[in-house]
Amino acid sequence: MFPLGIVPYLAGGILVGLGVGFIFVSTGLHATQSSFFDTTLSYFLKRPYFQQREYLDSRGWRIALAAGMILGALICTVTLFQGVFYATPVQWWRLALGGFLVGFGTRLSQGCTSGHGISGLASLSTTSLYAVITFILVGIITATIIQAAGVLP
Amino acid sequence: MNLKQVFALLGGILFGFGLALSGMTRQEIVLSFLTLKDLGLIFVLGGAALIDMVAINLAPRFLKKPFTGGEFKRRTHALNKRIIIGAAIFGVGWGISGQCPGSAVASIGTGNLPILIGVTSMFIGAYVQGVLANRANPK
Repeated sequence: MFPLGIVPYLAGGILVGLGVGFIFVSTGLHATQSSFFDTTLSYFLKRPYFQQREYLDSRGWRIALAAGMILGALICTVTLFQGVFYATPVQWWRLALGGFLVGFGTRLSQGCTSGHGISGLASLSTTSLYAVITFILVGIITATIIQAAGVLP
Repeated sequence: MNLKQVFALLGGILFGFGLALSGMTRQEIVLSFLTLKDLGLIFVLGGAALIDMVAINLAPRFLKKPFTGGEFKRRTHALNKRIIIGAAIFGVGWGISGQCPGSAVASIGTGNLPILIGVTSMFIGAYVQGVLANRANPK
């Protein structure tokens, strides 16, 4: 069940919660991730969908959030992981195909693991609860099928 | 940079540090959750949601409004078909690749160069969704 123990998971989760909670208390914003794609595209695309008021108002802090997340992961790598950089063994075609579906699906769903999973559940949103149950169940079924087909890791 | 952006950056640093520490920036660890070999991801998601729940509930009791102004609001959406269909499509992509938006963006900071393929693909997926949404509902 927990081959790597639970300490890094729990400690990481607490830090994630402190980061998201800090942003909420200081700004009232929910630090969710998937909107970042749409709001960043709003700099380049003139279609009305990408020019929504909400996107134009939030695109600046969403870039700052993403930059902070990259910086935080870098600090962890340089300190705790002693500067050992990492590259995933997951095949490029899985990253490409999976990434496309993640981008499409999370925007259609108006949330992802952070939007529905953290902020939505923390807000006791039943809509987010249904979304979380859906993506976890579908994720388990998909990953299990791929593994059974012999595609590893 | 305005204050909102500064706070988002600072909170983002904690967020990204936590994701890297927990292993969520490693796609094969997420996949080992989705194949039920290592259930640690539950503690990351659950721990983060619990602490955010405390923040969302306590902040309005002790502060009239956020430091940068505005008001404290919960994050809620009315349930509709698109939310569930989108969550299912996301689930397929998550199961194929072990990537979600936050962990993929943070993963750039761990030096994970292949993740740039995934993040670029997420932008393309969001772009296609936006174009279709725009076509269905031109304003």
